[in-house]
Amino acid sequence: MSMAAKPAIRAEGQRLLDAFRAAGAVPVEADILQPAEALLDLYGEDIRARAYVTADPLRGEMMLRPDFTVPVVQMHMAGGAEPARYAYLGEVFRRQERLGARASEYLQAGFELFDRADPPAADAEVFACIHGALAPLGLRAVTGDIGILADAVRGLSTTERRKAALMRHIWRPGRFRKLLDRFGGRAAPDPRRAELIDRLAADTPEALIAAAGPLIGKRAADEIAARCAALVEDAAEPAIPAPEVATVEAILSLRAKAPAALEALRGHAAAMPALAPAVARLEARHAALAARGVDVAALDFEAAYGRTTMEYYDGFVFGLLAGDDMPPVATGGRYDALTAVLGQGRAIPAVGGVIRPGLVAALGGLR
Amino acid sequence: MIRLGVPSKGRLMEQTADWFAARGVSLRRTGAEREYAGEVAGVAGVELVLLSAGEIPRELAAGRIHLGVTGMDVVREQVPDWAGRIEEFGRLGFGHADLVIAVPAAWVDVETLDDLDAVAAAFRAAHGHRLRIATKYHRLVRDFLRAEGVADYQLVDSQGATEGTVKNATAEAIADITSSGETLRANHLKVLADGLVLRSEAALFRAHDADWGPADRAALDALRATLEL
Repeated sequence: MSMAAKPAIRAEGQRLLDAFRAAGAVPVEADILQPAEALLDLYGEDIRARAYVTADPLRGEMMLRPDFTVPVVQMHMAGGAEPARYAYLGEVFRRQERLGARASEYLQAGFELFDRADPPAADAEVFACIHGALAPLGLRAVTGDIGILADAVRGLSTTERRKAALMRHIWRPGRFRKLLDRFGGRAAPDPRRAELIDRLAADTPEALIAAAGPLIGKRAADEIAARCAALVEDAAEPAIPAPEVATVEAILSLRAKAPAALEALRGHAAAMPALAPAVARLEARHAALAARGVDVAALDFEAAYGRTTMEYYDGFVFGLLAGDDMPPVATGGRYDALTAVLGQGRAIPAVGGVIRPGLVAALGGLR
Repeated sequence: MIRLGVPSKGRLMEQTADWFAARGVSLRRTGAEREYAGEVAGVAGVELVLLSAGEIPRELAAGRIHLGVTGMDVVREQVPDWAGRIEEFGRLGFGHADLVIAVPAAWVDVETLDDLDAVAAAFRAAHGHRLRIATKYHRLVRDFLRAEGVADYQLVDSQGATEGTVKNATAEAIADITSSGETLRANHLKVLADGLVLRSEAALFRAHDADWGPADRAALDALRATLEL
């Protein structure tokens, strides 16, 4: 990757930080050592493969900061004023499990905006700020919106339980696909599941548990019985109608220039009214981007963009790309749900983005 | 000289020696019984290095030995991106062991990873922590569960007597090596239908990063012909 020397990279970062400050952001810092627990609770066990875990003799497991978003959100939730704009510049650390040139330590310059008033305008402000700062590099801009897929799932004619299962796996395409195939009646039910349903028709869960052997461990008999009851209920549910499954699939594969994508989504909303708010949000975002001088017609839109790599984003997402052999120079998006998780009962709509100054320098810099 | 690393003791050592002997190559400890050096007779240009089976993957990855005999499971567990650094040269037909995910037999509602994933979500909501899976194969299990899209679990380290962790309430499920499944059954556990993480056996591995001179390459070709690999 970058052969540019560290001082040159830091200078690029400083220029970006200055640009963010000029846009009204307050510079903030974050500890390099972050408590591992909050990150593990958010991202699950997978983050151990991507972050450096270290042991503090007194504080337990700590992680070398894999990103700034979590500590900045925690800082803001602990007493920031509203609305708030923050900027930062510092190293992040990403453990690499594959041989190759991917950096395990690099600078990140970021801009985060906490604002309840007008989400489309906030999306546009963050995108325009980052896109504008990198304009000299002529990068390809890709946008997306995980919230459209989420709204499509919420709009399915099926049980809340099935919707919750799909929502939980929005960021795991393989498992999402299996669930959708099963709920849509396209995958044959597992024969073992069918057999269990038959046995539950003849016997109580408690009797089956007792017959299967002594119950060991922390998961109690009433939890097993409750899931058995849920499985019996679910087996009687009709499949999700095929046209609705087709709409979800069409959204997953939607890739077009932004205006054409909006048109396509309007078509889907005609068939699935639950999509109407998502389409209205996208339309308002495009208008807000245009008002900030962004050429919306030139933006790529991929409805599933960032689905596998940017798991805490739940609305607008974007990436600025130099080419396939380089990681994105900048990424960002909306993460309203993350503030709710970290805010312990409080939440605030938030959107932000980060730039890798090392990649900016490798591409020739901003000067 | 090609350095061939083989396990220094136990059943794996005996089976390795038998396997080579059946192909006309004898591996012999030189000097005292406790000395970890040896010789290879029946083929030229190969020397014997006796190592603990668990060290062989690391020595291969570092290129300090040219060839090594060890389990497929330990290579995959210990060496990140192992396929880029080590070549599996031949499977030896012994040391069979399956790494599997097992849950209490009394979980009548759980037969597949799909069930485990759903239970993990409910368990976390009910108990306030992620469902714990005890294992010593962290990389293999984590990679497997990520590929399968299982969430809301955590791995807890267990270096021995892993089958007992569920009864002791330090884990809800386990991922461990089994050959017959008997120990699992005795501990009231059952294997998930699609819970096979890896079917492992002993294999001969070649290190990409070892120093392969022209004489070593010739010796390797000769060894390969002798072993019919």
